[in-house]
Amino acid sequence: METVEKKFRGRHLLQIADLTADEIMGLLNTAYKFKDVSEREIKKVPTLRGKTIVNLFYEPSTRTRTSFEIAGKRLSADVINISTSSSSVSKGETFKDTVLNIAAMKPDAIVVRHGSPGAPAYAARIAGCSVINGGDGANAHPTQALLDLMTIHEKKGTVENLKAAIVGDILHSRVARSNINALKMFGAEVTVCAPPTLLPHGVKALGVKVTHDIREAVADKDVVMMLRIQTERMQQGLFPSLREYSEHFCLSAKVLKSARPDVLIMHPGPINRGVEIASDVADGPYSLILSQVTHGVAMRMAVLYLLCGGAES
Amino acid sequence: MSEAILIQNGRVIDPSRGIDAVQDVLVKDGVIAAVGKNLAANGAKTVDAKGLVVSPGFIDLHVHLREPGFEYKETIATGSMAAAAGGFTAVCCMANTKPVNDNASVTRFILEKAAAVNGARVHPIGAITKGLKGEELAEIGEMKKAGVVALSDDGRCVMDARVLRHAMDYAAMFGLTIVEHCEDEHLVKGGIMNEGETSARLGIKGMPAIAEDVIARRDIDIAAYLKRPVHIAHISTLGAVESVRAAKALGTAVTCEAAPHHFSLTEKSLETFDANCKMNPPLRTADDVAAVKEGLRDGTIDCIATDHAPHATWEKELEIDQAPYGIVGLETALGLSMRLVREGLFGLPRLVELLSTNPARIFSLPGGTLKEGAPADVCIFDTEKKWTVDPAEFVSLGKNSPFAGWELFGKNCLTIVGGRIVYNPSNL
Repeated sequence: METVEKKFRGRHLLQIADLTADEIMGLLNTAYKFKDVSEREIKKVPTLRGKTIVNLFYEPSTRTRTSFEIAGKRLSADVINISTSSSSVSKGETFKDTVLNIAAMKPDAIVVRHGSPGAPAYAARIAGCSVINGGDGANAHPTQALLDLMTIHEKKGTVENLKAAIVGDILHSRVARSNINALKMFGAEVTVCAPPTLLPHGVKALGVKVTHDIREAVADKDVVMMLRIQTERMQQGLFPSLREYSEHFCLSAKVLKSARPDVLIMHPGPINRGVEIASDVADGPYSLILSQVTHGVAMRMAVLYLLCGGAES
Repeated sequence: MSEAILIQNGRVIDPSRGIDAVQDVLVKDGVIAAVGKNLAANGAKTVDAKGLVVSPGFIDLHVHLREPGFEYKETIATGSMAAAAGGFTAVCCMANTKPVNDNASVTRFILEKAAAVNGARVHPIGAITKGLKGEELAEIGEMKKAGVVALSDDGRCVMDARVLRHAMDYAAMFGLTIVEHCEDEHLVKGGIMNEGETSARLGIKGMPAIAEDVIARRDIDIAAYLKRPVHIAHISTLGAVESVRAAKALGTAVTCEAAPHHFSLTEKSLETFDANCKMNPPLRTADDVAAVKEGLRDGTIDCIATDHAPHATWEKELEIDQAPYGIVGLETALGLSMRLVREGLFGLPRLVELLSTNPARIFSLPGGTLKEGAPADVCIFDTEKKWTVDPAEFVSLGKNSPFAGWELFGKNCLTIVGGRIVYNPSNL
């Protein structure tokens, strides 16, 4: 633990590529230790007492923001939430100025969620404290990928050499990109499944297999990750209707028959029941959707703990 | 009247007359008085150009001077001086100012401002359509009378082919060339960088090369049908270069320009999310860069134009999807173009053709030649001068350059416009 801590202190977490496989395993081990904290009656440890964490969220978010907030509070850090509706962003302050002003109040970490790819990376260059990417556009969502790895690891006992499928709007998904990078770091074979209009042109650069057939996608996989489909994409002309989308890409019990009996079903949420995932599958025995949310808190506790250097205080 | 200047012992390169030799150039009364060996000074100021290249001043067919309307980005004065610093003796400024240069009074305003500046000449380009909206023709005849040298809705493509067709026909009556920003706006909507492997990995919204390819082909077809000239601005894709090459072989009156960033950088530059690498057209792939270079070499691409697009520093510090497109180019154009010479792609005479001779010809502008009697628009540059790009040192108000820190060879030393020295920092 000692060496792991020293390696992380003061760093940023902007993308999976910032981490080595060893460091990810270090994060996983730390997260397991923190998972217990959430099971206790007194869900608080003094580890980050006196540390300040700012959640700077430029996009609506329930899960990620709450998860970071609870993670920080269970470590006894002071957590402040800033969302665009309640900050001076609405008065026309630039992102740079907002970050500089928050940085001037000397937080130990800033969690940035932003619709623009690269915004957390920019914040990291100017903030003078650790910056954690809480999701930037379609670029990256590293803590989601880490909590997903933890969820898989807990079930399978390993994250090595998996066969995984990611089904849905790959084009617009930061979760897909970060998970592809994380899974492949551990030797996974990743298949993506979507209509061609929801795959990026140049998808081969992601180092994945491509299929448009969900049965083929789920067959023989250790893990199947479903992605939320947004109605906005329909208005953009990327598919004709939710009805037709779900006809081809909904993970139903019938589709699941093509999968292995020990398949893990995941979804970063929020889910659209009956659209990309059938209600009974979401609630069914293979589903780890709520486990992901639980691990989200533990993993974010690990990230905050290691980046903010709680051990020294 | 300006004093006479005798430029001695420089390597005089004037492709308009096939000259590449160590000679003297005598400038008098605002025009080139003589080019030859051992010319007598007769009291003229002498400039020792030994070891330097003496060429007709560079002409940039594509700059944004931002005035009127965006004087915090650049003014006609600062842009003209930045041009002179880069070796340019004339620049053509695009119409996307505020108000838009779509009528004679804006044209006259620009020319009045330019007349008061002791820098490069400024030739306004008028809008093709009112307000750059792509709907109704601007008052092209009035603007011609006021002094526009070409027409463009640059920054926007004329999406309606019928409007473009009428514009080409109507402009022909005034001898004006249509300059097209070739980009299907539907295909690039909301795009930030070239669509391809890098955008797929980074999750950045892409602008596909086909958006440029299809419009370039459409415009060439329309020009061929009407037998009118068309000039394609900032060509950046392999497909568009191939279309121009094929069209030229068939005798279509198509010309095109390429910007230094499109032969110097690829889409990979966006990996840092640096908004100084965000431009339109976007930085493309290595294959596109190779095609642009080959086009410059084999004559498919007629000239180098910078698409000088100054922005305030704070604007480029915005999030990448909110930061404006474009970079400054006037003061790095020579150094970046010289890289092609140093790579052995072509020699210095071709470089001067691309930067001076050809742009003058395309819009029928004065300059681009050292012929006796021609306006004395001259630059003297040092091909061996090694320097490091530091945007803080730019004369331009715009410091938005992705080339900061680059080591370049080749720098302009002295610029003469209309017989007057307008740039001479080392007092040659």
